[in-house]
Amino acid sequence: MTCILETRSLNKEFGAVIAAKDLNVQINKGEVVGVIGSNGAGKTTFINMVTGYLKPTRGEILFNGKSIMGHSPRAITRAGMARSFQVAQLFPEMTVIDNLIVALAAAESARPSFLSPLRSDARIARAEEILREFGVENYRDSLVTAVPQGARKLVDIAMALIGNPQMLLLDEPTSGVSVDEKTDLMDTVMNAVRQHGVTVLFVEHDMDVVERYVSRVLAFYSGEIIADGEPAAVLADQQVRDLVTGHRPTTKQGNGAS
Amino acid sequence: MRLDKTEISLGLVALACVLFGFVSPGWLIFLLTIALAKALVVQGVVMQMRSGLVSFGQGLFYCIGGYTVGMGGQFFGIHDAIAALSLGMFVAIVVAMLLGLLLTRYREIFFAMLSLAFSMILFGILVKSQELGSTDGFNVHDWTLFGWAPEAGAGSQHTVFTMTVVSGLIVAVLIHRYTKAGIGVICEAVRENEVRVEYLGLSPRWLLYGNYVAAAAVSALGGGLTALATGHVDPEMAYWTTSGEFVFIALLGGLGHVAAPFIAAIVFSFVRTYAIEFVPHTWQMILGFTLLAVIIFLPKGLWSLVSREKTGERA
Ligand SMILES: Nc1ncnc2c1ncn2[C@@H]1O[C@H](COP(=O)(O)OP(=O)(O)OP(=O)(O)O)[C@@H](O)[C@H]1O
Ligand SMILES: [Mg+2]
Repeated sequence: MTCILETRSLNKEFGAVIAAKDLNVQINKGEVVGVIGSNGAGKTTFINMVTGYLKPTRGEILFNGKSIMGHSPRAITRAGMARSFQVAQLFPEMTVIDNLIVALAAAESARPSFLSPLRSDARIARAEEILREFGVENYRDSLVTAVPQGARKLVDIAMALIGNPQMLLLDEPTSGVSVDEKTDLMDTVMNAVRQHGVTVLFVEHDMDVVERYVSRVLAFYSGEIIADGEPAAVLADQQVRDLVTGHRPTTKQGNGAS
Repeated sequence: MRLDKTEISLGLVALACVLFGFVSPGWLIFLLTIALAKALVVQGVVMQMRSGLVSFGQGLFYCIGGYTVGMGGQFFGIHDAIAALSLGMFVAIVVAMLLGLLLTRYREIFFAMLSLAFSMILFGILVKSQELGSTDGFNVHDWTLFGWAPEAGAGSQHTVFTMTVVSGLIVAVLIHRYTKAGIGVICEAVRENEVRVEYLGLSPRWLLYGNYVAAAAVSALGGGLTALATGHVDPEMAYWTTSGEFVFIALLGGLGHVAAPFIAAIVFSFVRTYAIEFVPHTWQMILGFTLLAVIIFLPKGLWSLVSREKTGERA
């Protein structure tokens, strides 16, 4: 198995707050990794550092064996690592399809054209395909601010996938989505991801969702990784149960950690 | 090259303007020429507003365009109008490529103030330059068009008017395409969500840079045409109140359509001309109330009067 993403003693301090402490992570190609941890455990900080949004205080990040320390988010995106956001990051005054079309144009070239129309027939057709793939074709011409949270999340993820990344980091793809819709949303996402053959790491608070989709779990607590392994083992770990998931009975009562 | 509906309409309006030039009185021709030339500068302001930046120093490029035309004729023997105008745009592009490196690091009020600062620096330099007539500026040499010299006075005024209308048409068509092209739409995307643009693998800074340079070229063309029309340039062109006027006209017209700055500039010129004539001491107040009324009743500018029924359509 080849390692696609590796961090070595990654640290991040915000003043007195230690948001990441000696994170040593190796993600292999093709894995689907779930990240769990209570609020403020450092999950988003980890994604932000890996994608170049936050500068680590110390440590090393390797993507496909090469250091990406100090690279800009756009360089890292172009290198093949895409992400979605805890709060969907879209263009609020544009329609859903225009959001996708902008992403398609960006994926084609880093230098957008000065005179040829952005909304070309080819891009519109491709965007419509993506709308169908993600099951949001009903919102084609709605402003993104007017569509439900779940659809917004899907558009956010679709935009990340448009650049054909090798690795996708999803920050709480199901947050703000009702419990019944979570599985549908994740099925849609995981289908798309499988078709693209992408390595995935996603942050999730709902342990049922985690167990259903991942092959490996990283448990964060207070900036540290306290467990790393197969879902069954990690979720059964006493420390994880004490600090992250709470004493979760086998029923699906509650929302996992919060 | 296929023309869309907007482009055909723009062409027809331009043709009507040119024909109107043959029958209209000289004072009106002059007023329209200045208004349309200023509208080109305003187009530059609007291009930046679309990307979320308000330039309070677009007078810089207006002045560069004007002074290059003036200096080219007086000192370097460049008498051909087209050559002089092109040179003005070229100088503006070079200056914008330098200043843009710094300016595109800034946003919002910081960008506005910094752009203002640069135009005031030029104003200061020109005021100190005795050879360029200091605060009085200097006159623009008689010019030619492809070797033909229009007769001074009415003839040359009519020629500038036609040139301004034609330039306005070309710029309007180009900007119309530009706003729908990759860079135009993605500059709006930068305004809406810079983080997302960055995570699509694009550099917001370089997009804003390209947009800034393009806007400078358009504004310099407006300055050059103004110099040809008035036959005179002075440092006032770079003064902050001049830049303020361009922002004013941009807000008056709104961002809804490429024609809006032209309409707004014409309305502005008429309001100002008549206000100065009939109520000489209160014309600024009248402009103030006009802007207030536009912001309150037509927050998307005068163009929203035209596009009332077409809401939802994206230009
Ligand atoms: N920009 C910042 N400045 C200061 N402190 C920050 C910053 N970003 C995060 N933190 C702190 O770092 C810690 C980790 O935050 P992070 O957002 O990574 O948590 P998280 O695991 O994503 O939590 P959640 O489940 O709420 O999203 C928290 O204590 C947070 O307050
Ligand atoms: Mg988070």
